Amino acid sequence: MAEPALDPITLAVLAGRLEQIADEMDATLFRSAFNPTIAEARDASHGLYDAVTGETLVQGKAGLPIFVGVMAFAVRAVIETAQDEPLADGDLFLFNDPYDGGTHLSDFKLVRPYFRGGRLFCHLASVGHWHDVGGNVPGNYNPEATECFQEGVLIPPVRLDRAGVRQRDVLAIVTANSRLPQTAFGDLSGQIAALEIGARRLDALLDEYGETTVAACFTALRTRAERMMRAHVAELPDGHYAAEDFLDNDGTSPEALRIAVDITVAGDRLTLDFSRSAPACLGPLNISRATAVASVYVALKHVFPDVPANAGVLTPVEVVIPEGSLLAARKPRPVGGYTETILRIIDVIFAALSRAAPTVVPAPAYGTINALSIAGRHADGRRWVMFSFFGGGHGGHAEGDGLNHGNAPISTATIPPVEILEAAYPVLFRRWALRPGSGGAGRHRGGLGAIYEIELLADSAEVFLFGERGRFPPPGIVGGSQAAPNRFTVIRGEAREHPKLVSKMVGARIERGDRLLLETPGGGGYGPPGERDPRAAARDAALGYLGDAARGDTA
Amino acid sequence: MSGRVTPRVIAGVDVGGTFTDLFFLDEANGRSWTAKVPSTRGAEAEGFLAGLEAGGAKRGLIGTIVHGTTVGTNALLERKGGPAGLITTAGFRDVLEMRRRDRPATWGLRGRFDPVIPRDMRVEVAERTRADGTVLQSPDPEAIAAAARLLRERGAKALAIAFINAHANPANEMVAAAAARGAWPDPHVTVATEILLEIREFERSSTAAINAYLQPLVAEYLDRLEAAMTASGLAERLLIVQSNGGAMTASEARAFPARTALSGPAAGVVAAAHLARAAGIADVVTGDVGGTSFDVSLIAGGETALAPQTSIGFGMVVRLPMVEITTIGAGGGSIATVDAGGLLRVGPESAGSKPGPACYGSGTRATVTDANVLLGRIDASRPIGGRARLDVEAARDAISRDVGTPLGLDPLTAAEAILRVANSRMSGAIRLVSVERGHDPRRFTLMPFGGGGGLHACALIREVGLARALIPRFPGVTSALGCVIADLRRDVVVTLNTPLAEVDIARVEREIARRTADGHAALDAAGVRLERRDLVLAFDMLYQGQTHTIRVPCPSVEPGSLTRETLAHAFAAQYEAAYGRTLPGIPPRVLNLHVAVIGRRPFFDLASLAPSGGSLGAAARGTRRVYVDGAWHEAAIYARLELPADAVIEGPAVLEQPDTTIFVDPGMVARGDRLGNIILERAR
Repeated sequence: MAEPALDPITLAVLAGRLEQIADEMDATLFRSAFNPTIAEARDASHGLYDAVTGETLVQGKAGLPIFVGVMAFAVRAVIETAQDEPLADGDLFLFNDPYDGGTHLSDFKLVRPYFRGGRLFCHLASVGHWHDVGGNVPGNYNPEATECFQEGVLIPPVRLDRAGVRQRDVLAIVTANSRLPQTAFGDLSGQIAALEIGARRLDALLDEYGETTVAACFTALRTRAERMMRAHVAELPDGHYAAEDFLDNDGTSPEALRIAVDITVAGDRLTLDFSRSAPACLGPLNISRATAVASVYVALKHVFPDVPANAGVLTPVEVVIPEGSLLAARKPRPVGGYTETILRIIDVIFAALSRAAPTVVPAPAYGTINALSIAGRHADGRRWVMFSFFGGGHGGHAEGDGLNHGNAPISTATIPPVEILEAAYPVLFRRWALRPGSGGAGRHRGGLGAIYEIELLADSAEVFLFGERGRFPPPGIVGGSQAAPNRFTVIRGEAREHPKLVSKMVGARIERGDRLLLETPGGGGYGPPGERDPRAAARDAALGYLGDAARGDTA
Repeated sequence: MSGRVTPRVIAGVDVGGTFTDLFFLDEANGRSWTAKVPSTRGAEAEGFLAGLEAGGAKRGLIGTIVHGTTVGTNALLERKGGPAGLITTAGFRDVLEMRRRDRPATWGLRGRFDPVIPRDMRVEVAERTRADGTVLQSPDPEAIAAAARLLRERGAKALAIAFINAHANPANEMVAAAAARGAWPDPHVTVATEILLEIREFERSSTAAINAYLQPLVAEYLDRLEAAMTASGLAERLLIVQSNGGAMTASEARAFPARTALSGPAAGVVAAAHLARAAGIADVVTGDVGGTSFDVSLIAGGETALAPQTSIGFGMVVRLPMVEITTIGAGGGSIATVDAGGLLRVGPESAGSKPGPACYGSGTRATVTDANVLLGRIDASRPIGGRARLDVEAARDAISRDVGTPLGLDPLTAAEAILRVANSRMSGAIRLVSVERGHDPRRFTLMPFGGGGGLHACALIREVGLARALIPRFPGVTSALGCVIADLRRDVVVTLNTPLAEVDIARVEREIARRTADGHAALDAAGVRLERRDLVLAFDMLYQGQTHTIRVPCPSVEPGSLTRETLAHAFAAQYEAAYGRTLPGIPPRVLNLHVAVIGRRPFFDLASLAPSGGSLGAAARGTRRVYVDGAWHEAAIYARLELPADAVIEGPAVLEQPDTTIFVDPGMVARGDRLGNIILERAR
């Protein structure tokens, strides 16, 4: 098929304009969202998707990287649903089914088929992490879930708008299933507004350039991404590269779960075979195939950051996952902890590729999102749920030490300010600090993790934690050392308790004055520690970056 | 007044890395003139004074000097400020280093961050305020003084104090400030809530830390300037342009140097917007080619974009309103090298004006200016800025040695390669602010200013696909012109963080009255002629539960007329305009109050800059050989300021004037307009 001719200036302009549309949708939701997980942590994403295949055409730059890969599956799920009742202009789909659409129940996806001159031109979609979607645990990180029904309400792709008419009964069902219906309604309103902005901007763009030119631009961008990806893969030495790592447990039993990858580089093609990984587990560490493929995409984008964010990236890549795998879960396997599993997928891809391209790949980062919920009731009986992810260190790399206190590789989330959290919830942070000694040693040290210590100011509350890397800390690469493990402590007076399942805890009751202490991992080290520049080592000592993380919070 | 001539001339001074440019305006008769002298790095006051004297300062007519400075910008970019220390709340000494848990680039997981105040210079003290402003523990003044002394011993030349929740109640910071100021030998103590009374501890701490980091350097610089001016009988009122494009007094700049982070570049953008508006052009990309850097900013639809906060590099957040400017290290003094991989690089390292490009005689390294000289685009016998003859052979030798030999190129080809790389870097910066933000460059006009802009304009038009370039009559002094026309401006933010239903309107009005009075006092202290004063009041509001705000203009500025109801209506209208809907049933909340007092300067009529008379014949200065695209061309040379307003000149040609040189490429045409601008376009 001949590529339509598009002059380079027009292509560059359109690429910028399309990205701008997606970015503006992101910004609209971030600014108008009600829950801090979207507003501050940017746990959301927007883009334009192919009318027929659902493939990603353009994605906003500010949203969560993992959604870049996953949303194509979400749009495809809507396209398949529409086979029974054809899509109409003004339809708007709403759902959070993680098996077809990827990720977990907290992520509500909105898909708006975009019509132009009576014909379907593409899809606009929005995804955002809602604060609470029902289930056993406020905030929905239930480490003990054994079925998705304990994780929250599951909505398949349904029409929230049918040919432009809001289906109020659907809206009622969705908000009735949240502990925080006002917040859910606010976030949904923000997502709808984002899609409206996107449609308006796309109208203007098509008025100006016409459908043929814009469609040609989609094709050109995809081809360019594929070409760049092939060129990068071709530069890797042909061969087989393997790595494995472990998840601490599945939240229900202490058994570790293996995540293994066998990578084959052959010319400009790449095969990632996850067959040696654990079978599906009882607890919520399973992920759907869509999520697994999306995380491969994220890992490769980190290794080759200049490749544009669209479906072309995965064209020369084959992903092998057998049926029944932890990485190909089907309903009703619980998937609430998907972030931990995909972080491990990224870590093993880095570790395996470090054998093929040691100067290109960074050492694994802290490897857990540490989703912490503290939930209680205000004096007037209203519920409050403080929910946030916490940061850790990035891995050392060929050019230098890892970043202290970064966000997770699957995310661009920022952390809410202490002052915002304290203003909104009855908590007082006693510490918000770097964790000395937590980065893996190496020629280039891993970045430091953090220490967060939170005191409860209300009479009582329940605590939920969903974390990982408590038993298996982030490893180093190319001879570097591992980082300090994740650690969680509940402090009641003099008594200190650690969760039985290391970094996972459900519904622990705490009372006024009790404190929670979360110490997060650093990043893995890069290169043999003996090769570290003595001046860098002296600087580490002077700044107090070293120390015995194992000794804990007395530092 | 009697018997003494009232000083009435305003001097705008832009000290660049290479040249100091001045623009003078006589407010009495509208007459204006310019001057240009070499900058004296490390002793900027000398160049400053030389420039004032060159512009006739001795005649005792200068009443006000408005300065756009890059001292702060450079100190941040080159990390030459400080050392500073920080005193903060126990448990929070790493806030500055932990940022908001972000990373430099979404993809790649590389990059590092070194805060302006390193970990061993940050000391914790026992104190705590709750989110609602309740003081849990007051700081012990003795402990504060001891912490200050400790930091001083460790080498701190400035101190910052930033406590958690101080925006809700600054009492603890005030206690600490008093104790620290008592123990500190100079005024270099920054208190976070004195600079920014807004919620979010990282942004506030970072702004305070950067302020402290800049304070010794900026204060020393302003002291030197004022001392030198006193000695010369020029101890007049010195104003400094802030990063938001408005001016403030020098004493404010000493206390709040963070406001000068983009002072110099902001002045240029103020002038560019003004010049473009006068020429009837709404969509502009400014490109300031100085000695060391290239600053780009976008004016779309006549509006200069102000960002509420800016990062000067990753994690170095200044939360103060600033003109949006993108800077890369590519200018006339940028050094050309061939790296280990055999790749030609130009900048960011710069030879500045000392030692300067090889052709200056004092420098040895090949620079962009050397390439322009060797290729005949700059006249070596009549360089701009009053220099003596430039040494073409030195330029040739340096280019040959640094670039030609390593790449196996003859000197002329090597010089063209240097320009191509420099132009491509500048094009990238223009694309970043235009194309990559969805603006079609074909609608935009490039406005190059700074001494080097006119040499690169044609190449940039072609490479980016811009409509045209507009070169103001005095491009070398655009930033200096911006200083002269900049409004005076005082911005304050006060965090209220209260449900709208509980807002104490009387308190809000008291705050407005107090902040407005402060603002007017600051304007009075500046002592320049103002046409009028504007009070701009706005609130940051949101629905209960949201964390991002929208800016709501205050529905009324008359004291006593604000009510919760009018504020609620204003919020609903603004929210609907932004998101297409309101959310009835969810209570609104008021986060911040913004008070801006703006002193508007009289409109400066550009017609006074316009040419009168002139003819092509009289302006012609013969021809010169210019090397372009691998061949020598015979280019016509003109004295630009002697050209008639309707001049049309086809390339290749060189238009020369004291503060800049314009190169018209073959295939391009230069036309004059009635205001004396030169428009460069593709020849039809």
